[in-house]
Parts: sequence; structure tokens; C-alpha cells
Amino acid sequence: MATFDYSGPLTPSGNLRRRRVVDRVMRGGATAAAFIAVAILLIFIYSIVQRGASAISLSFLTHNPLETFSLSANVPLGGVGNAIIGSALIVAVGAVMAVPIGVLIALFLTEFATPRLAGPVRLALDLLYGLPSIVIALFLYGLLVVGHGQAGFYASLALSMIMVPLIARTTGESLQLVPKELRDASHALGISRWRTTVGLTIPSAFGGIVTGTVLAVARAAGETAPVLLLSSLADPTTTSASVFGQPLNNLPLDIYNFSVAGGASNFAKAWGAALVLVTFVLVANFAARALHARSRRMMSR
Amino acid sequence: MDESPADADAASQVASPLAINVHEATEEDPATLEVVFDLRDVDVYYGQSLAVAGVSIEIYKNHITAMIGPSGCGKSTIVRSLNRMNDSISGFRLTGQCNYHGNDLYASGVDPVEVRRRIGMVFQRPNPFPKSIYDNIAWAPRILGMRENLDERVEKALRGAALWDEVKDRLKTSALGLSGGQQQRLCIARSIAIEPDVLLLDEPCSALDPISTALIEDLMQELKRDYTLVIVTHNMQQAARVAERTAFFSLDVSEGRRTGVLVEYDDTARLFTRPADKRTEDYVTGRFG
Amino acid sequence: MSTTAVTAPLSGGRRFSDRFGDRALFGLTAGASFATVVLIALIIYQIVHGAVPAMSKYGLGFLVHDTWNGSTIFGGGATIFGTLVTSAGALLIAAPLGIAIGLYLSQLTSARTAAVIGPLVELLAAVPSVIVGLWGIVVLEPIMRSTIEPALHNVLGFIPLFGAASSSGAGIFTGIVILAIMALPIIAAITRDLFLTVPSELKDGALALGSTRWEMVRGVVLASMRPGIASACILGAARALGEAIAVLQVVGYVFQAHPNLFDNGVTLASVMANDATSNNTTLETASVFYLGVILLVIELLVNLGAQAIVRHYRLPSVTGGAAQTEPRRTVDVGAAATAIDVDM
Repeated sequence: MATFDYSGPLTPSGNLRRRRVVDRVMRGGATAAAFIAVAILLIFIYSIVQRGASAISLSFLTHNPLETFSLSANVPLGGVGNAIIGSALIVAVGAVMAVPIGVLIALFLTEFATPRLAGPVRLALDLLYGLPSIVIALFLYGLLVVGHGQAGFYASLALSMIMVPLIARTTGESLQLVPKELRDASHALGISRWRTTVGLTIPSAFGGIVTGTVLAVARAAGETAPVLLLSSLADPTTTSASVFGQPLNNLPLDIYNFSVAGGASNFAKAWGAALVLVTFVLVANFAARALHARSRRMMSR
Repeated sequence: MDESPADADAASQVASPLAINVHEATEEDPATLEVVFDLRDVDVYYGQSLAVAGVSIEIYKNHITAMIGPSGCGKSTIVRSLNRMNDSISGFRLTGQCNYHGNDLYASGVDPVEVRRRIGMVFQRPNPFPKSIYDNIAWAPRILGMRENLDERVEKALRGAALWDEVKDRLKTSALGLSGGQQQRLCIARSIAIEPDVLLLDEPCSALDPISTALIEDLMQELKRDYTLVIVTHNMQQAARVAERTAFFSLDVSEGRRTGVLVEYDDTARLFTRPADKRTEDYVTGRFG
Repeated sequence: MSTTAVTAPLSGGRRFSDRFGDRALFGLTAGASFATVVLIALIIYQIVHGAVPAMSKYGLGFLVHDTWNGSTIFGGGATIFGTLVTSAGALLIAAPLGIAIGLYLSQLTSARTAAVIGPLVELLAAVPSVIVGLWGIVVLEPIMRSTIEPALHNVLGFIPLFGAASSSGAGIFTGIVILAIMALPIIAAITRDLFLTVPSELKDGALALGSTRWEMVRGVVLASMRPGIASACILGAARALGEAIAVLQVVGYVFQAHPNLFDNGVTLASVMANDATSNNTTLETASVFYLGVILLVIELLVNLGAQAIVRHYRLPSVTGGAAQTEPRRTVDVGAAATAIDVDM
């Protein structure tokens, strides 16, 4: 074997030159991939803002579509007023149902469950999380809509099923951050378990609960499959205030219907609705992040 | 007063009850030794703060050079600077001359990967890869293109690390199944498999039991025949046992800053029995540190 | 907190409200948890039950026959084909890109840059799929129709996959691209978290042996994280498999199973979404449910597979999901393995 010259110059020897090229190519590729992803996001945002902004106006946000989804290019631009209200109602009702259940499940897993009990519950949560929303929608459709008709409330049910695993997860994390010593101290003082939970544990985990709720709401607001099956046959020209007994028009549905109808004016309405929806979703995500960072800081003090 | 039996020089000795089994002071003339590392006035900065200042030291071929001193005074920093391992630490900056066989290690155009091919490192805690014993050793040679006679290369490395007999029947099993001392010897074998010139050892025995420590200390005497060794240790006796030359680092806390400085660098026996600097004397006699 | 609790007699006799409250809390939490388990069982039962008329009529042949004329004949073959092809294609694009991004964010860039780019990548997952589909229709399809598909056909037309370009820009291939965009951030975020767990001493050890940064990443980071990477890809695939709306928007609705990627097609989810609400015969509804059964089976297998990998290799919990940022860890019950404590 040829002896290596250790006192030679410290520039690439042997196969290092070739390896250096490979190294640079691979690192460049990884960097490029990251920037592709960011570019896609920016392209999305740019498209939505640029195309949606021209459709946005006060009347757009408050009025209802004046005409159902027509292919004619001469249809005057309606609005998404009832869709915004409908989405807000459906998601809110869904959240009202999902938050208590999610918190209760998280409490069960952290406070009461033995490993034997926790296993199936965890499994169910994970499966629920992984279930495609179309399956949940079909389930509720078969159960509630067939033979009876749609209702915004059914969509709320579907959304709450989507939200529960999320809320349970974040709440669970926050609950675990509450030091056991705190709870033990409370019990040592003779304070009962439920008072400790309600008065100490839950308030301490409040940040996580809020974060989870905001994230869950952001996700639920954009879900289209449930509303397509459960709350899509609404009269688009009217605005309703109740989720019960009737389907409600909503944002994702409007976006979907306008997008598949085609034509410049329908696309314009779709982009406008998309801008409204995406603004809400992105703001909610930022808020959740900020909340999470703040509660992290408070926990670590 | 404990006197080491090997110490023949009775004149002006320092009572050093901790210095057991110090080598005989050698009569080597530094001028005849081949210099591997030549540091002149090296300062190391992390961002704005000066971590180590004014280090000048020559490290000789096929010697074991120990760096001792209290924690935080720059021994590891200097050693890690010798193979460009500090590059990844943000804010790291080195000024002064840092030469390896006459080549400036920090000149522009120097490839750190090339440097590390010649100057290997063993770390404080054994860090074997989650691969088989064989693959741990063979990984780097494969990358470097040393693919012929890989089996022999692995065996040679394991023998050189005094590990061959213990693992020769289970080369394909996971390296994580070895004991701490074995894992550290595996890391040594891994480093010598690519035939480096220098081996830097940053407190290699501090996580090991005394028996493994003794094994590795004996191993170092063998290794120095083929490689140049630099060892950082917080264990003075270890330095006294293994090293021909020892460098003592300490902290300079003047002007409100904590800066590491090289206090004294000498033949080991002389450093422990007749230190020139009072700080050294205080340290080796256990008055501080 | 009430002070009377402290002065209550030590020997037995806790206040009634305490006992009742404890019991109520346990009841509520256990009830909610139990309800979730029941819900999953109910969903599975309902979907299967709804499919019975179609399952008994067609049996397993449903899986291969691709005729679906909406009135008399139903077969799921085309949808299965579409689902598999779109998801596999999406994964083929999203997995390498996602892993590369995960590597970039964890190994190849400063923490400061990663703190900016990482959240942006995660935000990509937060965009609702209907909006991605809208973008696909309005922006992507024209480009597909006029530029990309003809170019691919010219260069790779000898492969049947890249046949004649579509006239509308809609088709399986567009669906693949859209689904890849949706799966990408999931894989990126999970692999990034995974790679961050590699101890720096392992990486130092590799670098000290004279390896380049890429070689260190390949030999230490990627090699030790293979199961986790598989799990991340599976979860990305699950996202693609279940997507109904965006597929409906850009793939079209034609029951065929053509090798030409530029043709239209259908997937399980897209047909479920499109056909569930049309005025159906019993057989049609049952067939839609049968599609649901198939999708359910696929999704359950996929999700359970990912869980099994995570559990088997005892990885840092990485069950991720779409549109989620921080909350990626499963609820960990380790510290809470406390027995039920009900004082009497």
C-alpha cells in the first residue's frame, strides 16, 4: 500500500475531490427542495391574494350569491355572505361539542387510565385522527341524512369528530406538563381530586387547550368533504341562522362549487371565498403558534 | 514524603505526593525531535469572548502529549482546534499560527475533511455507530476508497486497539452490545482503521471503569509507535503515567474575563517534580484544582 | 380552595360533594373516552353495514371490474386503480423531496434559518385541500395542458404512462402533483423532528473520521432513522389516499383505468364524495359504501402500519398529521399510569 504523505498540502487528496462534488450536489439538492416547498406556499398565497383581492368588497362579504352556479360569464358577482355565516355557525357548534369531549378524554388518559384501559382509547383516538374526512362524512350521511335530509348540525358533528383527537392531543401534552408535585401537594392538603382537576390542573393546562382548539378549528374550517355530503343542498340565496333542521351554505362548499362550475366569474368568486377562508386559517395557525410559544415559556419558568 | 522510586534526582525537588510512577526525566533534546504540531500565539474566540489566549506549543512525533488542568481552561478547545472540529461551533475564530507538518491548518483553501483524514479523534463518551462492529470499523475506509482487503484492515485495526480477540467471533453483531470499555476501544480501532497520522483523545477514559482505563493506557503505549498522540485528561496521575510531555493549562481571571492559558509545557517528569511555575506547582501538589 | 376540607375529620367521612365530584369526574372522562371507542366501532359497523347489498351482489369481483354506469352496473376496479396510482405517484414525488427538506432543516442549515423555513413548510399543510384544488384547476391545469404534458409526451412518450396530453389539463397526473403538494409538508415535518433526535456525538464521531457532511448524514442520520422515515412516508401516503375533494377537482370523473397518466380517472374517495348525495338507487348507495369499506381497510392498514413501526422501534412519537404544527406527539400515559384513586 502506498504510504500517505501526511506533510503534503492540506487540499483534497485521493478521492476527496469527487466526494466534495457529491457533497455539494446533495446539499444543494436538499436546499433546493426546501425552497421549492416555500416557493409553492408563496405561489399559493400570491395566487389567492392576487386573484381573490379583486373579488373582495364589502358587498362580496355580506351579500349572498345572486344566482346559483351558472356557467354564464355575465352573471353578476354575488357574494359569500351566507357562506361566512354558515361556516362560522357550523364550526362553532362543532367546537362547542369537541372541546369538552377532547379535554375529558385527555383528562382520562392522564389522570385515571391504567395502561390497560389507555391502550384502546389511544388506539381509537389515533384511528379517528387518521380516518379520512370522507369516511366520517359517509358514516354520518348513512346514519342521519338518508331518508331525512341534510342539516348544518350534521356537518358540525362530523367536524367535531375531526377536532376531538387534535384537542385531546394538545390538551394531553399540556396536562403532562403540569408537575405531578403540584397535584400531589393539592391532594396532601385534603383537596379532592375533582377540585384539584377543575381548580388547578385544567387552568394550568389552559394554554394547551386553547392552542389545540384554535388549530382544530383552523383545520375544521377548511374541511369540504363533510359539508359536501351533509350540508350542501342549501338554497344559496337565503341566509339562515340555525344549524338545525336545514343545510347551511358554507365557505368550502362555495369554493368547491364555484371551482368546478368554471368560467371567469365563478372562478373570481371562488378566489374571493378562498381568500377569506385562507386568511382565517393562516391567522389561526399563527395565533396558535404564538400561544404555544407563550405557554411554553410560562411553563418553563 | 512519598518519593517515586524512579526519581533519581534528589536536588531541589518539589514534594509531589500525587506523582506516582512518573517517568524518568528524559534527556531528549527537543531540537532533534520531529515537530508535528507547531502552535504559535494561538488565540481562540467564541464570538466576542476570548476563550484561550496565547498558546504556543510544539508537539512531537510518536510522543504522547498530555494536556492537564482544571475544567474550562481550554484544553479541549485547543485539541479540537487541531483537527478543525470546532468549525461547526458558531462564533468560533482562531488567530495565530497553527501548523501541522509546516502547513497552516487554518489557511484558506484547507479542506477540513482532508485534515480529519490525517488527524483522528476519540471522544470522551464512546460513540459507536448503531451498526455492526465490522461496519463501524469499515465505514470510513469504504468512504475513503480503501475497499481492497477490507477484512484485513478491520482485523488490523481491532488488533491495534487490543479488541480483536474479544470480538473476532461476533463482528457482525451490533456494536452497541459491547461494554463501555470495549466500545471506547472500538472507537480507537475505528480511528486507526484509516491510518491517520495523529490521534487526539479528549478525556477518553473519564467515562470508563479503572480496569478499562488501565487497558487503554497500556494501549496508548503501543499506539504511540505508529501514531502521535495528544490526550486531554483531568486525571493528573494518568498524565504522569502515560505522557512523555505534559502541558498544564489554567484560567486567567484578570480583567473580569475567564481566559484559558497555557502555563507550562515540559517533560512530564520535570513538570511534576520540578515545575517552573508556581501555578503548576500548586496544581500538581493538589493545593488547588 | 375551601378551608373546611383541611379541617375535615381525618377518620373517614369525606364530604359528600367531594365523593360525588370525584365520581362524576371519573364518569365523565371515562364516558367520553369510552364513547370514542364506541364511535370507531360504530363507524366501521355502519360503513360495512351500508355496503352489504353491494357486497352480497358483487362479492370480491367488485374490486376488479371497472364499469360503473351510475344506474345498473357498479364496479370499483377503476377507483382502486386510481387511488393506488395517484397515491403511489404522489409518494414518489413527495417522499424524496420531504426527506430532503427534513434533512435540510435539521442538519444542513443554521437553527435560525430553520426556525423561519420550518414553519413555512408546515403552513403549506394548513392550506385547505379545496383551495389547493382550486389552484390546481385555475393555475396548474392550463400549464399542464399547454406546456408540461406535451413536453413530457415528447420526451417520454415511448412509455405508455406518458401518452397523449389531455385536452383540459385535468387528469391523473395533475392529481398526482396536487396530492404530492399535500403530502410533502407532512413528510418534511416528521422527518425533520426525527433527524433532530440524532445525538451530536454520533455526528461528531462520523465527521472526525474524515467524512463530508453528506456522508455523515447518509451514514449516521439516514441509516439510523430508516424505520422512522418509513413511518413518515406512510403517514404522507395516508393523506393522499384519503383526499376526496382536490382529486374530484383536478382528476375528473371518468371510470377508466388507463395507463396514460394524462387521462382522467377516479379514486375511491372522489367517487364517494361525488356520488353519495345524488339520487341513488339502493344498489348505488350500497356500492358507494362498498368503496368506503375498501378505503377504510386501506387506511386502517396504513395507519396501523405506521403505529406499529413507531412502537416497534420505540421511536420518539412521530404520529403526525396534516395541518398540525406543534402537537405531534401522542398523549403519553407514562406518568399517568396511576391507579384509579377513589377515597372512601
